Amino acid sequence: MSAPALDVVVPAGDGWIDVLPAGSRLRIVDLEGNQAVDTLLYDAHDPANRYSAVDTVREQGALYLSTGSVLRSTRGDALATIVQDTVGRHDTLGGACAQESNVVRYGPHTRHQHSCRTTFVRKGAERGLEPRDLTANINFFMNVPVTSGGGLTFQDGLSAPGKHVELRAERDLLVLLSCCPQLNNPCNGWNPTPVRLLRWDT
Amino acid sequence: MSVLSAPVPLPLLREQIPAGAAWSLVLRRGEQLRLVALADGANASLLLHAVERPLERLCVPDTLKAQLQARVRPPMVLLSDAGRALVSMTGSSLDWHDALTGCSNQAQVHDRYGPSDYAADRNAWRQSARTGLLDELAKHGLGERDLAPTVNLFSKVAVADDARASVTFVPGHARAGDWVALRAELDVLLTLSTAPHPLDPRPSWAPSGLAVEVSPAEPPGADDPSRTFRAESARALAETERTVRSPR
Ligand SMILES: [Zn+2]
Repeated sequence: MSAPALDVVVPAGDGWIDVLPAGSRLRIVDLEGNQAVDTLLYDAHDPANRYSAVDTVREQGALYLSTGSVLRSTRGDALATIVQDTVGRHDTLGGACAQESNVVRYGPHTRHQHSCRTTFVRKGAERGLEPRDLTANINFFMNVPVTSGGGLTFQDGLSAPGKHVELRAERDLLVLLSCCPQLNNPCNGWNPTPVRLLRWDT
Repeated sequence: MSVLSAPVPLPLLREQIPAGAAWSLVLRRGEQLRLVALADGANASLLLHAVERPLERLCVPDTLKAQLQARVRPPMVLLSDAGRALVSMTGSSLDWHDALTGCSNQAQVHDRYGPSDYAADRNAWRQSARTGLLDELAKHGLGERDLAPTVNLFSKVAVADDARASVTFVPGHARAGDWVALRAELDVLLTLSTAPHPLDPRPSWAPSGLAVEVSPAEPPGADDPSRTFRAESARALAETERTVRSPR
């Protein structure tokens, strides 16, 4: 395999935003295992055309994301395709953690804990994204099983050290991701850890 | 299913939303809205925005994950992305309202039902939920960036216990007369479309209209079912009350 055009480590609780050119591939490596990576995708030339969890779910007829899943936009465009997945499935129902939703889920003592939404706001602003551009995201390496009875839970991840997921950009994308700092549920194995990003261009 | 326990007060507003139309209304804190399906197979793709700062809007993921549900049903609260209860679903004849599969778009309506435009069909032209919601949001100064995942009232999309969690539309879920009641916990802009659900398999365009009734609502007390449903629901209502301190 050729040398990657990008090779960076995103520390626990930090974020990353950059352009992913059409045809290039982005690999996210779960270095230490069970690290949720909250991810949003935008058309790099028209960010109002952004990732849509519900359109993605409806068009693939299933809730979990894995190899072959086409990640669709609010306008129905294919933004990216998952081309490799050594985990098995990823979540797109659970959204991103936020100070406010932490209060609702875990109580007022969590109000000032760091959250993915704060990371999204900070990193998004570097490329002109505003809070209204934030929407329901992908949670790579996160396990949110849903039952036919209509229940939903956050469970221990299926991921493990070194597992990865790889996306191919179907158009020029702006990728915004947060290495989740959540400490109040098992989505990060109770211990947020770094992830590695690798990009190959065609 | 829970029903409204208080005596039904005189309505403040009574009207009908046509089939396949878009509609919006500001529902004030202290008011409740009742929607009744006028025909079988109804769908209402619903958005909510906080009137005081429309940046704050219905957040389907937080609504579901906070209350550990993959659907919306009474007595859940519908949360904003700022952790506040926007509305409570105080009652419904249905125990499942879809929040997983989004609303129809114009390409999908065209593919399913064929071409339609004003010139051919006059006001019966088929407009997708996305088209109608964007038109309606524009009246309030909002646009595509403010369009978040909808709750599809009256529709059920079942989830299978398989490896992918496959989703399947359940035909015939809502019948004429089925209803849902929402109580505003804040002043909220409701925007909805009665276009069919995008997974509705019926080959012909058969949307249902809705009867609308707005009436005064009692504030949620300590024993309100939406507050006692889960600790998370109670905290969402408390977050609303923390930021809206005016006496009711
Ligand atoms: Zn997070």
